[in-house]
Amino acid sequence: MDRILEVVIAKYNYWIYIVLMMIGLYGVIAKNNLVKKIVGMSIFQTAIILFFISMGMKKGATIPIIIHGQEASVRASDYINPLPHVLMLTAIVVAVSTLGVALALAVKIYKEFDTLEEDEILEKIRKS
Amino acid sequence: MLIWASGEFPPWGDPNSPASLHVSPRYIEKTMEETSVPNAVTSVLADYRGYDTMFETTVIFAAGVSCFMLLRLFSGRERSSHHYRHILTGLTLRVRRKGKQLPELEEFEPMDSLWTPYDLILRTLCRFLIPFIQLFALYVIAHGHHSPGGGFQGGVILGASMILLAISQDMRSALRRIRERTLAIFSVAGVAIYAGTGALCLILGSNFLDYAALSRIFPVDPVGARSLGIFLVEVGVGIAVMATMIVIYHNLASEGFLDEGL
Amino acid sequence: MTSHLPALVVTVPLLTAFAAFAAGWLRPKLCFPVGLTGLGITAISSIWLLAEVLEAGTVTYELGRWPAPWGIVYVVDRLNGVVLAAISLCAFIQWISSRASVKSQFSDRIGAFYGLELLFVTGVMGITVTGDAFNLYVLLEIASITAYALIAMGGGRAPLSSLNYVFMGTIGACFYLLGVGYLYIMTGSLNMADLASILRGMRSSQAILVAFVIIIVGVWLKMGFFPLHGWLPNAYTHAPWPATTLIAPLMTKVMAYVMMRLVLFLFGPEYSFGVLGLKDVVVWWASLAVVAGSVIALSQKDLKRMITCIILIEIAYMVGGTFLGNRSGTTGAIFHLVNDVFMTLCVFLAVSSLAFRQRELDMDTMEGLFSEMPFTMGALVTGALSIVGVPPTCGFFSKWLLLKGALEAGHYEFMVALILSSLVCLVLFFRVFEAAYFDHGERSHGHHRMREAPLGMVVPLLVVAIGIVALGLMSGEVISSIIEPALPRGVL
Repeated sequence: MDRILEVVIAKYNYWIYIVLMMIGLYGVIAKNNLVKKIVGMSIFQTAIILFFISMGMKKGATIPIIIHGQEASVRASDYINPLPHVLMLTAIVVAVSTLGVALALAVKIYKEFDTLEEDEILEKIRKS
Repeated sequence: MLIWASGEFPPWGDPNSPASLHVSPRYIEKTMEETSVPNAVTSVLADYRGYDTMFETTVIFAAGVSCFMLLRLFSGRERSSHHYRHILTGLTLRVRRKGKQLPELEEFEPMDSLWTPYDLILRTLCRFLIPFIQLFALYVIAHGHHSPGGGFQGGVILGASMILLAISQDMRSALRRIRERTLAIFSVAGVAIYAGTGALCLILGSNFLDYAALSRIFPVDPVGARSLGIFLVEVGVGIAVMATMIVIYHNLASEGFLDEGL
Repeated sequence: MTSHLPALVVTVPLLTAFAAFAAGWLRPKLCFPVGLTGLGITAISSIWLLAEVLEAGTVTYELGRWPAPWGIVYVVDRLNGVVLAAISLCAFIQWISSRASVKSQFSDRIGAFYGLELLFVTGVMGITVTGDAFNLYVLLEIASITAYALIAMGGGRAPLSSLNYVFMGTIGACFYLLGVGYLYIMTGSLNMADLASILRGMRSSQAILVAFVIIIVGVWLKMGFFPLHGWLPNAYTHAPWPATTLIAPLMTKVMAYVMMRLVLFLFGPEYSFGVLGLKDVVVWWASLAVVAGSVIALSQKDLKRMITCIILIEIAYMVGGTFLGNRSGTTGAIFHLVNDVFMTLCVFLAVSSLAFRQRELDMDTMEGLFSEMPFTMGALVTGALSIVGVPPTCGFFSKWLLLKGALEAGHYEFMVALILSSLVCLVLFFRVFEAAYFDHGERSHGHHRMREAPLGMVVPLLVVAIGIVALGLMSGEVISSIIEPALPRGVL
């Protein structure tokens, strides 16, 4: 029992993000409305971003900006890992760009088909 | 399956995990002496891994161009009806004529199809706030070296300020402030500044994006040159992100017509 | 200057893209020449780079002068070099040949269209040349986002197909990112060579196993490997012709290159083939994919859709060949990658010339085309022969190597699938040629005037067709000097 509790406390952050990822993935695959799919995709990407950031944390450390006046004696364990943050800045920008393009496509689809439900759109395509 | 894999992950907050031990300590320890920028995130973003950031800026530029290309409708396909409102009496007219809007008349003002009544509080408040927001955004860009911030963050805030103008008043006044062509040139110019700085370093003899080469033309030592280089690219990024955010908003909200919006 | 070639190969298309976009706003007539010069310089640089690699061995380039693993490095070895050369040549030829269609379809946003095409080329070149796992993700997203936008310009059903591609492609790329994250958490490095050396000591870790699976699944999603291929036929069929001729030869093949790079170099042959007995499973799966692709292609009526479905078959060849695990199989897969770039380009360019003149591409409207458009049809015949695998076209040699590899590895099902799919491709193309050659007298009696496509489309097409035959004739040297030394040591 103790072992399980230990494992849970040490790793629960990762599990939360994995659950979030699965929610997002479910949204993309199973929902009918195009905007809901886009939202699911966004949740999925955000969960991955959070996952990366959580791996850079160090206990008792502060943000990775060297404190003014302490430049001479910098120790790496005093500051959290900056690399995941950098990678995730990039990933956030990429996610926003993909979101922008997906929304533009949704607007274009709406102008053409007048609906945003995927099954209705497929019906209209099949009829024409 | 993913959770099973996480069984092997180092516990949260462990300072001795491989992720923290292998590559990153050098970033933290050497950022002051190699780049004289205290913000380790900025120095990694714009210097050590500056190449990634250049492509990231290109991604956002590509998204802006895509939205423009997909949605923008030029002449020939205008809205099928326009609305006008008599200022004094509040009477609204709907003109069902395809084509551009009628030239502005004294008593009539053009109206969006989803129109909300003139709200003094909202408009004045936004007019008051927007310059401060922009000033703060410029501060965020310029202070990326010493506090959390940098090009992307500042650029988004700048873009948001113009979008606030478009939302609180209407898109036409936002477009009057900064025209579509200007936005396009800005977005290209922003990324070109980044790539241009890299190319400048190439021309000056060193590797691509090696800012130490800038010390040959600016009167600073190589470490200071890195700080200067980081600043230049952050400015470029900020401009590009601002222009792209506004372009994406304009194209999405007006469905390509660029005459009305939210 | 020559030492900066790896950076130039990616930077030149990037700057050209900006110039083309700006030219679209200021002086639209300049867009085409600007892009032409940019792509020309890129093609020359990549061939020069390949020559340098052949002479001097692997070329490394540190960006920002930070050594790996703290900075990003570009590593060009033989595998990279030959794929780079193939991609840049393909882009250059396609640029010339698509001028007429772009002008007729997109003249009001020509700067944006050309700019996005050039950005796509930048992304694809970057994916090939980078040596850093995260940089690969960023470049992959550049290529993907531009591809989404280019495909959606087709009108009608295109935005919906592109949106489906957005969903599937983003999930695939995010899987890749997640896998890289798992690797990072366990090893702390993002540089491919560094990862390879660290991973050698971590064979039995379950997180690495999961990372491997996730990354490969993500790459397969973006590659169109059955059954993760659902987005491919719709997306490529409904896209406008200039976009399809650019994206179809390049995107999936570059993802196949990524898979080879990961399986062979990052994780190493002993790991990828040994763990979970994956080798045999994947080859069975690939055989299934080949058969499924053939069945899907057989059931198509529209010519464009049919050649799109042939891509599925080719991708399955490459996956199976890589996972066969022996020298012949891997060599065959790599050579097939290079061949397929040109074969797909040739077939798509030929059909796009047909579409430029014909408008409808059903089997019934193809009558008498041999006398109307002899050069185009001749090139189509060459491309088709190469896909089927007839000597002396290059397709024959790569298929031969794949067959040999399958025989040596004892994977008879893969051999059967290869032979079966070649027959199916023969049937598919024969249908087209039969309809085009014999005209059944309904349209005119006997003599059709020569209504060839414009010169700008025909000349590049002929160059590619001749190139396919030349590549086949030179295949012995290409394989022995470029591809064989590119294989890592662990492959038997």
